[in-house]
Amino acid sequence: MSPAPAVDIKTLTIDGKEVSARAGQTILEVARENSIAIPTLCHLDGLSDVGACRLCMVEIAGTPKLFPACVATVEEGQVVTTSSDRLKKHRRTILELLFAERNHVCSVCVANGHCELQTLGQEQGLTHIRLPYRNPKLEIDGSHERFTLDQNRCILCTRCVRVCAEVEGAHIWDVMGRGIDSMVITDLHQPWGESACTRCGKCVQVCPTGALFDKSKVGSPHPKYPEFLPALQMMREQQ
Amino acid sequence: MSKHTLATVWLDGCSGCHMSFLDMDERLVELAEHFDLIYSPLVDLKTYPEHVDFALVEGAISSTDDEAKIKKIRAHTGVLIAMGDCAITGNVPAMRNPYSAKEVTDRAYFENASAQQQLPTIYVPTLLKTVRPIQEFVKVDYYLPGCPPAADTFHAFLTGLIEGKPVDVSALTRFGA
Amino acid sequence: MNLEELKQIAASTRDEQAKFDHEINICMGTGCLSQHSDTIKDALTKAVAASGKNAFVRRTGCMGLCAAGPLLLLTNKGSEHEIVYDHVGPEHAEKIAAALGGAPVAELQCDLREHFESQVHVVLENSGHIDPEKIEDYIARDGYEGLVTAVTEMTPSEVIEQIMKSGLRGRGGGGYPTGLKWSTVAKAVGDPKYVVCNGDEGDPGAFMDRSVLESDPQRVLEGMALAAYAVGASRGFIYVRAEYPLAVSRLTAAIRDARRKGLLGNNICNSDFSFDVEIRLGAGAFVCGEETALIASIEGRRGTPKPRPPYPAVSGIWGKPTLINNVETFANVPPILRKGGEWFSGIGIGKSKGTKVFAITGKIANTGLVEVPMGIPLRQIIEGIGGGVPDGHTFKAVQTGGPSGGCIPAHLLDLNVSYESLIEVGSMMGSGGMIVMDDTSCMVNVAKFFIEFCMTESCGKCIPCRAGTAQLYTLLTRICEGEGTMDDLDLLVDLSATIKETSLCGLGQTAPNPVLSTLRYFRNEYIEHIEHKHCSAGVCAMSKAVEVTA
Repeated sequence: MSPAPAVDIKTLTIDGKEVSARAGQTILEVARENSIAIPTLCHLDGLSDVGACRLCMVEIAGTPKLFPACVATVEEGQVVTTSSDRLKKHRRTILELLFAERNHVCSVCVANGHCELQTLGQEQGLTHIRLPYRNPKLEIDGSHERFTLDQNRCILCTRCVRVCAEVEGAHIWDVMGRGIDSMVITDLHQPWGESACTRCGKCVQVCPTGALFDKSKVGSPHPKYPEFLPALQMMREQQ
Repeated sequence: MSKHTLATVWLDGCSGCHMSFLDMDERLVELAEHFDLIYSPLVDLKTYPEHVDFALVEGAISSTDDEAKIKKIRAHTGVLIAMGDCAITGNVPAMRNPYSAKEVTDRAYFENASAQQQLPTIYVPTLLKTVRPIQEFVKVDYYLPGCPPAADTFHAFLTGLIEGKPVDVSALTRFGA
Repeated sequence: MNLEELKQIAASTRDEQAKFDHEINICMGTGCLSQHSDTIKDALTKAVAASGKNAFVRRTGCMGLCAAGPLLLLTNKGSEHEIVYDHVGPEHAEKIAAALGGAPVAELQCDLREHFESQVHVVLENSGHIDPEKIEDYIARDGYEGLVTAVTEMTPSEVIEQIMKSGLRGRGGGGYPTGLKWSTVAKAVGDPKYVVCNGDEGDPGAFMDRSVLESDPQRVLEGMALAAYAVGASRGFIYVRAEYPLAVSRLTAAIRDARRKGLLGNNICNSDFSFDVEIRLGAGAFVCGEETALIASIEGRRGTPKPRPPYPAVSGIWGKPTLINNVETFANVPPILRKGGEWFSGIGIGKSKGTKVFAITGKIANTGLVEVPMGIPLRQIIEGIGGGVPDGHTFKAVQTGGPSGGCIPAHLLDLNVSYESLIEVGSMMGSGGMIVMDDTSCMVNVAKFFIEFCMTESCGKCIPCRAGTAQLYTLLTRICEGEGTMDDLDLLVDLSATIKETSLCGLGQTAPNPVLSTLRYFRNEYIEHIEHKHCSAGVCAMSKAVEVTA
């Protein structure tokens, strides 16, 4: 009998809990496997990680630096803290920055009650925003027959960009401009309805806010189901 | 036992927060044993009292009048509570912010008016450039987000105030709730 | 090419030059060229010919003292003494030619002895002395001796050992030990490996890299080739800003000449070592100076940074091990190989070895480029070499480290410049820009200026940098307009902490530094703006304050 392939196992501590992990796993994966919650926004199971939202930053003993749990891989003997006063403060500030950046009006949003930004705000104890609201004037693209893009609600997590490129293979979404003027666009900034969109709707399902929504859902609850991604990935791997 | 004095204030909002407050129904009677509502859209007093222990403020700051009011309220209030999303985030009234005040009034009084196209100037306060939450003007002691905060939220919060044990607001409500 | 052939080229070039009694070097860097130094060269060539003097007129790169340009450097046969003429024009050509061999033209002579004599030139040793488009000029001054010796007589690990010994650290900002980086790439598994020269110099007021590339491009190529030999790379990229057209054209010429001489290309010095370099132009994004964004840009993708690790040393261009160093870092390499690591580590202080090139701009008499040994007191750079603040104004602060550095106030001027000491006072070495400010500069406005720069240059990928810098800018604008509150100061500090600690790349991680350092040293100016609605430097308009008092 041939020996079982050697698996490189790392043991580490997350929030005081001793856990084991396979080498190469991210801190986020291992934490979630062990029911330790780390807030995320740009991460989505089934998509590549970009480490952009910075909400999953964790502390690792021995260095003052913070690490994004979605891309930082486990190391033997690591002592990870996923929740501290410092981390909570940063997470709240990052969420405040998002709420103040564009025009998030929860009460009139199609995603109200099903929005990851809204939920995270509540989870992180955000009751108000200390920063001045920026109130930018932004576009709403309603040119697509089934879906709408409302830039006012976009947080630039780029999940739509990634799902379209990595899963659907159409890559109609991308980011235009830079800094505070960054904007998700379809094709080369053509109206969504005139783009090469395949109308699969994956981008709408992965969008964490009401930035991308199904027109037929206006006025009714609009939960989203991004859970299809890992399942899809599994099916593809089996083929 | 002496009662706390309570005020509720209606700035630029839809009065939905006040409606939700009233939705506490029979629990209001129980609260009335602890609070004296001395200033509110629901009572007759026209000028803000010299001192109020607690004030619940609904609505954002949209005009010079709102601005003057909130400053006066702050000066004569012990504990100021921002009630609902308009007071805390600007919410729906703030949706005009990407546009200029003139664009907004033109739309309301000229473009969409079929008769008597004119800008009301008498007794109408000047609009501020942007609608802003009250914490941008005065110090706020507590925030009760929600559009509107639910009656249960009001009840839990006010009960906490009476008992001197402030409740964890996030566990009760959120923006847009 | 072998060492003997190289020395032959050097000797014959030197012989050629020795035929002339006088050498006239005219700066044709971007600074002096903008004042038409090319017409001076033409006029001088004619005047010299007409005068019958045995003189040679040469186009060179930057001589450093840009404020006094166009500059001209004159040497006479048999004399080490160099004469510098400043503010030269074509109308002076005949006078200059006539004075050759006699007393120098007094009215043109530059008398800033302290400016030149307190400097130590390693990186700039050839700047102003060679024609940047003549590889022979570079070889005549011992150029490529290091590379040819290394390739023919040394193992790659011996090259790395010399760099380790030298104590050279990255000159682009981070100050990472160069030898360590090289050995990491050398050990990394992957083929091919790449060497990248980062010439995406973007700090406001910084032009060290541009000047080196314009004045002595071969030096950078030699440094890159040495690095490639040391780490086992076969391809190189020079990433230069498209806004540096002269640097690009001189580099293009340099690469062509080096290939012709067999110093780039296949089987360099008849060895197994092959290395060639391509130029890649940046499209004007500051963030592309960040190494992962730079790699993305070289690969043809949107220039946004990626989380590290993996570091480029392990997974860089197209996932292959990649060595990235700054222009000035590579420019330091050839003399280290030629003279040995120990020689280099003899210059400098503590963990900061060698020299540093600084671009001094702002409210300073001698605007320009200087190269000083590490450890030199800041005061000597500003007051001695820089000539101090002109027009009777008083020095207030100097910003080092570019937009993401910090300002250093007058009472810290006796600081000895090193990587560590600058960080201690809340600034950093950065790439070497120094912006001097005097009593007419408002420090709140200065912080606003740098934050505005970082805001517009943020790539927008991570939230703290994208939205955080925009919020800092809004708050600072509010303070500058007299509408700020004391609470805003706490908000600035809070926000800065989040941006510093959570941003994805160096741009965001250092962006709040100007705010924090001005708050640390000039808090009184912030308070003056907020509480008294007054800007004593007279920079901020304070529109609100006027309305209130009216």
